[in-house]
Amino acid sequence: MKLGLVIDLDVCVGCHGCAVACKQWNTSGTTGPLTDTDAYGAEPSGVWFNRIRSYEVGDYPHNKTVHFPMSCMHCEDAACVTVCPTGASWKRQEDGIVLVDQDKCMGCNLCSWACPYGARELDPASGTMKKCTLCIDRIYDERLPVEERQPACVLTCPAHARHFGDFDDPESDVSRLTRERSGYALMPEMGYKPTNKYLPPRQKRTVDTSDVARGGVRDKLKAWVNRVVAR
Amino acid sequence: MHPALSVIFFTVTSGAGYGLFILLALAHVFGIGDPLTVGEFYTAGILSLVMITAGLLSSTFHLANPKNAWRAVMRFRTSWLSREGVFAIAFYPFAVLYMLGFYINGLELGVPCILFALIGALIALITVFTTGMIYGSLKTIPQWSTSLTPANYILLGLASGATFFTAIRALAGSEVGTIAALAVALVAIAAIGKVIYYFWIGRESITINTATGFTRAVVRLLDTGHTCDTFLNREFGHTIDCAKVGLLRGVVYLLAFALPIILLAMIATQNGGSGLALLAAISIYLGTGVERWLFFAEAKHVVNLYHGRQSC
Ligand code: SF4
Ligand code: SF4
Ligand code: SF4
Repeated sequence: MKLGLVIDLDVCVGCHGCAVACKQWNTSGTTGPLTDTDAYGAEPSGVWFNRIRSYEVGDYPHNKTVHFPMSCMHCEDAACVTVCPTGASWKRQEDGIVLVDQDKCMGCNLCSWACPYGARELDPASGTMKKCTLCIDRIYDERLPVEERQPACVLTCPAHARHFGDFDDPESDVSRLTRERSGYALMPEMGYKPTNKYLPPRQKRTVDTSDVARGGVRDKLKAWVNRVVAR
Repeated sequence: MHPALSVIFFTVTSGAGYGLFILLALAHVFGIGDPLTVGEFYTAGILSLVMITAGLLSSTFHLANPKNAWRAVMRFRTSWLSREGVFAIAFYPFAVLYMLGFYINGLELGVPCILFALIGALIALITVFTTGMIYGSLKTIPQWSTSLTPANYILLGLASGATFFTAIRALAGSEVGTIAALAVALVAIAAIGKVIYYFWIGRESITINTATGFTRAVVRLLDTGHTCDTFLNREFGHTIDCAKVGLLRGVVYLLAFALPIILLAMIATQNGGSGLALLAAISIYLGTGVERWLFFAEAKHVVNLYHGRQSC
């Protein structure tokens, strides 16, 4: 098995819901807590497994806002694992999930240096490295109903921008989506072979407005009043 | 990259310590320069061990969870940091046996003593190489991902070691012409290595376009998604402006290379006394410290692309 996520950049609305759900689930999960420092103060900071950035792609008028969630890509060639001197970082043979053994980590930060995607963050309280577990404590939990055996971020996404599955199975949701929507990996030149794939925004037809009827005298008057009153 | 003082102190001090040990062992075994005196031997030997040990201890201050530091030798097969730990430990028995042999036999070199000295020197060299490879093996930091990185670590370690060795011998009142000339050569080679490195890191090869996958349009950051500092910002977000880089590179050229070369050359040509040798050692040590600070400060981790940098 090669478990991972597909993230649909076409529909992500940048609500940060996945990041919050991730924090909520994992702070009491296997690698929790996800410590916060100065949580109610002036400089709040903390450990997150999932962060969302927003970009503007292209120049006006052909520009577009793209929201970009990033968590661990569970890379096939994960240098974060090979550089780890203690053996705390490891990649599971059976499903490819990359994990950090909290009992072995010495907090040297080297794995975070080796990760191109900013997926690893040091917890200042425990002094150990923490990262996305692909919600290993959900996806294999047989006490949960089958439909809930998915990562917290995937379940919570209101736009269905996140999909979870097995990339080794060509008929799985994630394989099909990647194939049909030209899913791609980030920074391929690094050679890490990330498992997670991103679906590019779709090309949308531009809506022509030149044929929209212009309003009559009444509409113009209303628009003028609106402008003046607003001032 | 954030320049952590504990790591800078570690790499500079232990690098010079290993260099000093290598020079001592080679000078002793191959009889480079005037014959060593007992005092010089102990001063150089013990100083090198103190510097190496102080450096290694300081490197553990960089760990957030040092109680697991002993596990660092576990992944020898893949991790350069692990290899560094293993070689750093393997160095001690040979160094100590070498010193012990000296204590028992005095300046008379027996075969075991020669073996301990040479194996110790080899392991010292490998240890400095592994330190360089920790950084050189990271593809995520284009400025480090080059064989120039370990080369610079080795060359600077040898250059500072040779300068220290010259200073120790000069202060002890020995004739140091040959050893000072050797030091001049080593510092000059290190300088050439560093100049090449500074030219080489000028290019930036990885862009925000491949980082995000939007390769046919301009990509600009609108929002980082966080309001205050994060681990990623603190660790990787360090930036330095061009003017400061130029100034500090000037300091490196002056303190680490130019001044030591001039002072050592004066000593080699019998134009200076032991004070100049001491000055040369202090100068190269400080210069290497600035060099190491810049090594970190100038390094641009590719994660910065996701925070709006256009290229790394
Ligand atoms: S995304 Fe980073 S932390 Fe995750 S497997 Fe890849 S290199 Fe390792
Ligand atoms: S911080 Fe922990 S997991 Fe990361 S490389 Fe160091 S010991 Fe390994
Ligand atoms: S899979 Fe789980 S741990 Fe990973 S980002 Fe999603 S919620 Fe967080």
